[in-house]
Amino acid sequence: MKPLLIAAGLALALLPIWALESFHLFQLTLAVIMALAVLGLNIVTGYNGQISLGHGAFFAVGAYATAIPMSLLDWSFWATLPVSAIVCGVVGWGVGFPALRLGGLYLALTTFALAVAVPQILKHKAVEAWTGGVQGLFLLKPEAPAWLALSPDQYMYLVALLVAGLCYLLTANLLRGRIGRAMMAVRDNPTAAEAMGMDLASLKTRTFAVSAIITGMAGSLSAAVVEFVAPDSFTFILSISLFVGMVVGGVGSILGSVFGGLFVLFVPNLAEAISRSAPGVIYGAILILFLFILPDGVAGLVRRFTTKKRIIPGRETS
Amino acid sequence: MALLEVRDVVMRFGGVTAVGGVSFSVEERQICGLIGPNGAGKTTLFNIISGIYRPSEGSVTFAGTNTTALPRHAMAPLGLGRTFQNLALFRSMSVRENVLAGAHSAGHAGFFANALRLPAARREEAVAARRADELLALLALRDVADIAVSDLPFGTQKRVEMARALISQPKLLLLDEPAGGLNHGEVDELARLLEEVRASFDLSILLVEHHMSLVMRVSDKVVALDFGKKIADGTPHEVRTSPEVIRAYLGDGHDAHAA
Ligand SMILES: Nc1ncnc2c1ncn2[C@@H]1O[C@H](COP(=O)(O)OP(=O)(O)OP(=O)(O)O)[C@@H](O)[C@H]1O
Ligand SMILES: [Mg+2]
Repeated sequence: MKPLLIAAGLALALLPIWALESFHLFQLTLAVIMALAVLGLNIVTGYNGQISLGHGAFFAVGAYATAIPMSLLDWSFWATLPVSAIVCGVVGWGVGFPALRLGGLYLALTTFALAVAVPQILKHKAVEAWTGGVQGLFLLKPEAPAWLALSPDQYMYLVALLVAGLCYLLTANLLRGRIGRAMMAVRDNPTAAEAMGMDLASLKTRTFAVSAIITGMAGSLSAAVVEFVAPDSFTFILSISLFVGMVVGGVGSILGSVFGGLFVLFVPNLAEAISRSAPGVIYGAILILFLFILPDGVAGLVRRFTTKKRIIPGRETS
Repeated sequence: MALLEVRDVVMRFGGVTAVGGVSFSVEERQICGLIGPNGAGKTTLFNIISGIYRPSEGSVTFAGTNTTALPRHAMAPLGLGRTFQNLALFRSMSVRENVLAGAHSAGHAGFFANALRLPAARREEAVAARRADELLALLALRDVADIAVSDLPFGTQKRVEMARALISQPKLLLLDEPAGGLNHGEVDELARLLEEVRASFDLSILLVEHHMSLVMRVSDKVVALDFGKKIADGTPHEVRTSPEVIRAYLGDGHDAHAA
């Protein structure tokens, strides 16, 4: 049953390479990237309970960590990925430290401030030579090897799928083992978690780092796919969109992050298609509809259909 | 040397002295009962022993280490397991996940080893899973293993806490009112369980309980507290017949001979 399901999922994921025309394939590539970014946020907020309203900042750091070496130093895309992972990991870990002292809503606002600050930092004169200032940086997407016989858009979809798939796999491994349980334990009951020998400070800062790496990988992919980075692509709106995607898809759910990515990309387009004059209103209406119909996110709906009815045997009789 | 040595421990919260200079010890493989009326300072003493509070004065030595000033998460790896009076489970996680979370201190595999599922991580996981299965069976939790703990009745949740504490194979198990909310038959079962646990896990137990017949039945020794002071320390018989203990309980409306 399980290998069959995996094969079917893989076929479904690869099908668009041939089934969709260029523009739609490009859109789907961006959705895959958003799904990866939402996954990153879900690790720290959904699984570990540290609210971040600023994950767009890590997305931006990842994007520039790929764009700068590709654009200015002619690096290959693949060579930038480990660099991006390290940079994002260090930045995420650094943000994790003040986060230790700031609980709940205060952390949410502090990370939000980070998201607001990042575009302006990228424009600043001191780093302009590297970031290209307001104009941003142009780069060329990696070319498909000749033997693959794929168009650039087809190839980039495959690349995004590969990187995102790998990140999803590693994250799923992490979350279902000792460390994933500790992340959730810390979220559910910090006092008991410490009594089990869990070091809150170390767990939380490392979780922040991993989360930033995953969202940063999405940023790296986006730089290569769009072939352009500029500060105004990474405003706080991006951070809020990722947060919305996480909630709509399912907080603390890996599968939910996939749906979240689809929501982040396609619902604004849908709203635009329905009403050109007031897409914001349509977007809001769709969002509220989702939250009403699916209070546990899309993942909650899937769970309702796939898990057997839960019975509670052995209720104490006295 | 004793496994646990509590020496002249004082705990003040602002103007309130919750524990006012208490000393006692627990030997290896001993079940020690800790009794006293409501507000006597039992839970506070537990929190000091398990590192949640740092005492205002005095010291705690556990397994040969002075643990008075250790960080909270350092106690479990030394071999200290505990349950909580008012339940402190990981609400959204299943019974099995809660029990497995208790094995955290027994494991070493970190972020990297887990993400890549390196052999070391997989081995550790397999050991933890096997132990969890044994404990789920021992504590009659097999039928509810995959249910979220918050959906379970209080008594069952107490057993989950016990399984979660036992999985790391502690040297000393602190139980804060394990019989809370249980009926007579269940208290009997608990007494048998505690004796079985001591025998098969080779550990000591420090037991806080208001249920006198249970304490007197399973304890090798009993320490009695009242208003943060130790008022008796000895065999169950000595403590039960101590005039100070009888006075403390009668004054509080309890009866040391009840049940
Ligand atoms: N964090 C705290 N801050 C202030 N006072 C506290 C705190 N914890 C306990 N106390 C006080 O210390 C005293 C001892 O409380 P403790 O919970 O240790 O009693 P106990 O023996 O466990 O009682 P019970 O049998 O009701 O559980 C009480 O007067 C309580 O109000
Ligand atoms: Mg108490």
